[in-house]
Amino acid sequence: MLTFTVRRLLYGVLLLFVIVTLAYLLLYAAAGNVGRTILGPTATQATVTLKNQQLGLNSPLISRYFSWLGHALSGNFGSSWFTNQPVSTAIVTRLQVTLTLVFGAVIVSAVLSAVLGVWAALRGGWVDRIIQVFSVLGFAVPGFLIAVFLVRIFALQLHWFKPTGYVQMTYYFGGWVRTVTLPVIALSIGLVAGVAQQVRSSVIDALRQDWVRTLRSRGISERSVLFKHVLRNAGGPALSVLALSFVGLLGGAVIIEQVFGIPGLGQVAVLATSEGDVPLVMGLVVAIGVIVILVNLTIDLLQGFLNPKARIS
Amino acid sequence: MSEAAVTGVLAPDVTSEIRAARSHLARRFLKNPLGIAALSVLVLIVLAAICAPLLTSYNPNGVSVLSILQGPGAGHLLGTDGAGRDVWSRLLFGGRYTLAGALLATVVAAVLGIAGGLVAGYYGKWFESAASWVTTLLMALPGIVVLLAARAVLGPSLWTVMIIFGVLLVPAFYRLVYAAVSGVRNELFVDAARVSGVSDLRIITRHILTVVRAPIILQASIVFGIAIAVQVGLDFLGFGDQSIPTWGNMLNDGFTNLYRDPQLVVWPGLAVVITGVALTLFANALRDELEQSARPRRRRAAVVMAAAARAAGPVRPENDTVVHEEASSSAPAPLLLHIEGLAVGYPQADGSVTRVVDNVSLDIRRGEVHGLVGESGSGKTQTAWSVLRLLPAGGEILEGSILLDGEDLSRVDSAKMREIRGGRIAYIPQEPMSNLDPSFTIGTQLTEPMRTKLGVSKTEAKARALKLLGQVGIPNPERTFASYPHELSGGMAQRVLIAGAVSCEPDLVIADEPTTALDVTIQAEILDLLRELQRELGVTILIVTHNFGVVADLCDRVSVMQKGRIVETGSTRSLFADPQHPYTRSLFDAILDESPARGSYAEVRS
Repeated sequence: MLTFTVRRLLYGVLLLFVIVTLAYLLLYAAAGNVGRTILGPTATQATVTLKNQQLGLNSPLISRYFSWLGHALSGNFGSSWFTNQPVSTAIVTRLQVTLTLVFGAVIVSAVLSAVLGVWAALRGGWVDRIIQVFSVLGFAVPGFLIAVFLVRIFALQLHWFKPTGYVQMTYYFGGWVRTVTLPVIALSIGLVAGVAQQVRSSVIDALRQDWVRTLRSRGISERSVLFKHVLRNAGGPALSVLALSFVGLLGGAVIIEQVFGIPGLGQVAVLATSEGDVPLVMGLVVAIGVIVILVNLTIDLLQGFLNPKARIS
Repeated sequence: MSEAAVTGVLAPDVTSEIRAARSHLARRFLKNPLGIAALSVLVLIVLAAICAPLLTSYNPNGVSVLSILQGPGAGHLLGTDGAGRDVWSRLLFGGRYTLAGALLATVVAAVLGIAGGLVAGYYGKWFESAASWVTTLLMALPGIVVLLAARAVLGPSLWTVMIIFGVLLVPAFYRLVYAAVSGVRNELFVDAARVSGVSDLRIITRHILTVVRAPIILQASIVFGIAIAVQVGLDFLGFGDQSIPTWGNMLNDGFTNLYRDPQLVVWPGLAVVITGVALTLFANALRDELEQSARPRRRRAAVVMAAAARAAGPVRPENDTVVHEEASSSAPAPLLLHIEGLAVGYPQADGSVTRVVDNVSLDIRRGEVHGLVGESGSGKTQTAWSVLRLLPAGGEILEGSILLDGEDLSRVDSAKMREIRGGRIAYIPQEPMSNLDPSFTIGTQLTEPMRTKLGVSKTEAKARALKLLGQVGIPNPERTFASYPHELSGGMAQRVLIAGAVSCEPDLVIADEPTTALDVTIQAEILDLLRELQRELGVTILIVTHNFGVVADLCDRVSVMQKGRIVETGSTRSLFADPQHPYTRSLFDAILDESPARGSYAEVRS
């Protein structure tokens, strides 16, 4: 199990390295005249040249890359070109907000999909059909449209929640709940639709297995058959779908944060990419890469826990 | 489609069904009402976009300061937007750009993914590892962030953004095609084609592409939906090319005017939702049909069963079972199980009930080994399952009683039945490998019933389990206890299942063809084990089999089943010596024809 973990981790680090390298080279190669971009068209050629010099853009791309990589490994990702704020500060404060939303959505979706999927699989009939319709809608309707709809009803008309903004959980818990509920729902719906379907079909599949009859023949309680044995076997495929969706969820958060005006990574991403703030974009690439790798590692370990066969490979 | 829907989600599902896809799929799909409705809606949307100039006279970009935010009606069918542009016209022309953009992304993803999958799957080697690396890489990238970065560098062009997104979606097709091709690569029909000198290109197009055609269409419709969602999302954020009408740009305009005219969000929103739902339903219908055609065997089995039941014709009400009288002078042991007039049926879609067991009466005496013999489909397994009350979904006991020590199992409630199962009646299945839960160790599966049934502690249960494993002839009980089912051989697994069956000291063990799935040498060992256990524990065994050799080896008494009825019953010795019923005789003839080396019953038994 340990070698398995270490191998997955090394693989993840290698993947991160490739992504970061490609991103760095592509972004800087395409960045054009950075000094001109920062200072605007009215600046004189002399100040532009000076700016480029200050930013160290005169040395060759490769040597700049290695110096960046060296600093990055010690936690220094440089500063924003426009605000001079250190990249790590800009990202870390926003990262918690986005992670709150994304993990909130993952937890809500995991619980809801398990309940709905099992329910649909066991009850069949109208329960199943309603959940199917819900799944189609949840899958087909983009999250931000759901977000706009939720804002209109629950924030603007009923005033249950805040339409925009974000309150720190530690600062005022009630305010936090009122700001994160709608974004988390908007993020979760598409995910629930996909994962619940997967849970449903793998539960139905597992219930058809021979070993279910044998377990029942041993007189084990139906609850244990269902929640201990069937659900554990059905969990693997559902977890894969959840894992694959995670990357998409990060992307979805970018749009949802815009709709709700939440100061998360999405806002940084939008700002940094529209201004062409390359150091900040690189910081984002690293942050998202690390998250994705950690999540994939966690999922791999969970898969190994659920499915003994996965542990060998 | 939601942002959370990602590349490749579908691949594992679909690949298993790929092989069954054939051209008749299209014909069947056309009979699926939901699929047809979805397809028609999609065609309508595409036609509306293509014929946009015929359906409106307004310029979609015609700004008019004089007619800002007009309501529907009066000249403008759906009113005007924040810049005075005609909403209906923008919706139609917007469809052109939105759909064409999504199509571009889909085509890029499909062409690269299919080509890559074919090459990697068919030729393998270094390209295979390189390609799988690239797909992992692509799947770790959050699409929206990459697109935002690309836009920052390359400017806001719908086409560039969609081409890049297409590249990001390549894994969706690559994984699908790769899995299918590497599965098919070594199939006999491909080898045959290769041997007969057919070129690789021809093999790929003729034999391999046809297999993945339908799943590719399915995947394409999903990718198309995701591309629309992402494109609309970017435009909605204001990152698109504002100079062209797209549904996303309309949503962006509507969102800024959300308080002044909420309708402006509704129309493009509806267009996106309807297109998305239609695509999803189309994909679902296609997948349903694919799954249907991948599962013909199960349906055929049901049809065969129903046909066999029909062939049995009207069941004779009188019980004309041939009964061999007891030869021995000693008084027979008391009855443990007494089945009287049992009928089992499966309700059909048309309201009728297919009877698979009819008017079966069976007596099993305490301490005996009773064989239930008959060919496949004769209803012997159904009878066994009804005693356990574990009939497959839909099956029910229609008539009769199953008395275990005088208690009618067909009438006790499910809680009571659960108590009886495992505790008084145990079950040994036919196929050992599929009857152990793959996710739990042998130890857990052995101790769980003992802890619930006998109420023993965890350590006590473990001690008992280890002893049982030793008893059933497992060489290293400790190791097997900690093993997972996939680490065992078939014979070992069957021993574990036998240990599980006797673990709670049942009175009756029902063994459903316990040796059929095993190698011949293992079969003999398992039969020896059953005989030994029976002698040691004094347990009663009902053994379901189609093999008279097993009966001769093991059984004291035997009942022969045909078409859901018992036709002959009696002691093994007298039934073997003097089979009365023509069906029993034909069974014996069949065996003797096939294996004359078996010798007579007396020789085997002595």
